Amino acid sequence: MPQGGWITRKSPLAPGRYFMQGDEACAEGAIAAGCNYYAGYPITPASEIMHHICKRFLELAEGRVFIQMEDEIGSIASCIGASWAGAKAMTATSGPGISLMLENIGYAIMTEVPVVVVDVQRAGPSTGQATRPAQGDVMQLHWGTHGDGEVIVLAPWSVQEMFDLTIRAFNLAEMFRVPVFLAADEAVGHMRESLEIPAEVRTYERVKPLPGERLPPFGGAEVPPMPAFGEGHRLLVTGSTHDEWGYRRTISSEAQASLVSRFKAKIFNHLDEIVRVEKRFCEGELDVLVVAYGFTARSALAAVREARNRGIKAGLLRLQTLWPFPERELAEAVKYARAVLVPEMNQGQMLREVQRIFPQAVGYNKTNGEVITPPEISGAIEQIR
Amino acid sequence: MSLTKKTGRRGSTHSIRAYIRTETFPTAFCPGCGHGILMGALLRAIDELELDFEKMLFVSGIGCSGWISSPYFAADTLHTPHGRPIAYATGAKLANPSLKVVVIGGDGDLASIGGNHLIHAARRNIEMTVICANNMIYGMTGGQVTPTTPTGAFTMTTPQGNPDRPFDLCKLVAGAGATYVARYSVYHIRPLIRALKKALTHPGFAFVEVLSSCPTQYGRRNRLGGPSQMLLYWKEKCLPLEKARRMSPEELEGKILIGEFVAPD
Repeated sequence: MPQGGWITRKSPLAPGRYFMQGDEACAEGAIAAGCNYYAGYPITPASEIMHHICKRFLELAEGRVFIQMEDEIGSIASCIGASWAGAKAMTATSGPGISLMLENIGYAIMTEVPVVVVDVQRAGPSTGQATRPAQGDVMQLHWGTHGDGEVIVLAPWSVQEMFDLTIRAFNLAEMFRVPVFLAADEAVGHMRESLEIPAEVRTYERVKPLPGERLPPFGGAEVPPMPAFGEGHRLLVTGSTHDEWGYRRTISSEAQASLVSRFKAKIFNHLDEIVRVEKRFCEGELDVLVVAYGFTARSALAAVREARNRGIKAGLLRLQTLWPFPERELAEAVKYARAVLVPEMNQGQMLREVQRIFPQAVGYNKTNGEVITPPEISGAIEQIR
Repeated sequence: MSLTKKTGRRGSTHSIRAYIRTETFPTAFCPGCGHGILMGALLRAIDELELDFEKMLFVSGIGCSGWISSPYFAADTLHTPHGRPIAYATGAKLANPSLKVVVIGGDGDLASIGGNHLIHAARRNIEMTVICANNMIYGMTGGQVTPTTPTGAFTMTTPQGNPDRPFDLCKLVAGAGATYVARYSVYHIRPLIRALKKALTHPGFAFVEVLSSCPTQYGRRNRLGGPSQMLLYWKEKCLPLEKARRMSPEELEGKILIGEFVAPD
């Protein structure tokens, strides 16, 4: 039987209440999850994650490796190499860095590598506004790499969730052998607020074959056990289409179809474990359901409260998982809603996903590099109620 | 697989079969390709050094060179996206320093799309052996010009002759800080094996440029003849560093220097 699964880890940081920046909380979450390899390249507004990891790895000194690479391509490439050597690896960047990393994200999907990639989104396209928040990368994170793959994307809305969801990102990456993105934004990344550091965290460790056990690393199970380099498995790892032992099968229709369909199945057969949403004031009939994620959901919650004070039956569905898209949860939530509003710091990217379930949904979109405020969402609620 | 029960003299053809996934043969290489000679030289160097093959990781990129180790070597192999093998190797080596990491790439892979990773790994002097199978052409994609194609050479994308100057990869990597740098061709097989053995045991960034023949895409377009004529081309074109030191610039015109450019004292 292969080994791996859930364990309990003691938090390296003393438990208690801290006042921390979102980026720093993300770094602490990674460390708590057992991250022992970090490669990065400087970029605003994600650099603080790298600074904090660099400092903390030195303090902890338990065989953790930090390296500043020559570019973002090198960062993600070395993380994937490290993950195949058995490490729990992470990198963090912003939109321009994600754009550079995407080819290698596809390699991580193809070779089924657990790796965590943090995107502290800023206004774009291109260099855009380095210190201004946006949510313009949420489609890119899923569909940016070429080919037809699946990833998991989580969206934190608080400093607490920068910690909690980074741990969750590692757990899901290890559980499903897939790259997991944390889709943060500048506002959540640079915000400071209090968070609770627990005494222990539950982490999922990748399932590996036992010493001497020969199991196919790319088949034979929905999520095959993953050996590491140097353990005598003589691994054949390739981004080309391959069979269950890693032999290239570059003209086999069956090998290609079976890989792509398993990549989808291993995510979509486990939606219960992956998809998380938060419902606020969603009981009974609703005049307006607001669907939001990330920092925007904070303004949305304030606006929903304010609307209820004015007698409007408003509710909030907060998407903590963006991909796979929470279709079932949304379909359930819109059953008793007369109108649906999707505020986003982009021109309506997740709106279309919502419209697949509720075609009359309307967006409130802001792309000027500023966060969406509660009064703006209140105004939009008023208009569509 | 046990590599200890081998028969045959170290470095012999019989001996190196144990390192190969023979079920993947015949290779993807064209007749007369120099990469097979390089592959044999590398395995002979490993065999003569009696390295533990199961603790070795071979990282390659995209192109003909990417096939030298993957899938043919019966060790851990990582076949990465184009240009990135050194970056992947960096992560694997840092995460598990007990791995002996060897990168095999071509001139397109390591010097063009992956040039940035090459100079930075050399600058860091990270312990790994990087072998550049330099055939001066993009072979797999149909014969386009590379950063090491000689000036004037004909390729699919330089039909009037290459107007650009080629990289001297050894100078480039030495300048970037590599602590072992050597160049030989697939004609100079014994000195090549000696250089590979030094590189494989070097405690830092070791770079070996191997001039490799591509009769199909390079030789044909530049009228260099078939496989054997291309080997003789290397014999005539290459000049050992020691000899070159006693020669005038006029005599060195058009020659390629071979030998150890950087080596520990």
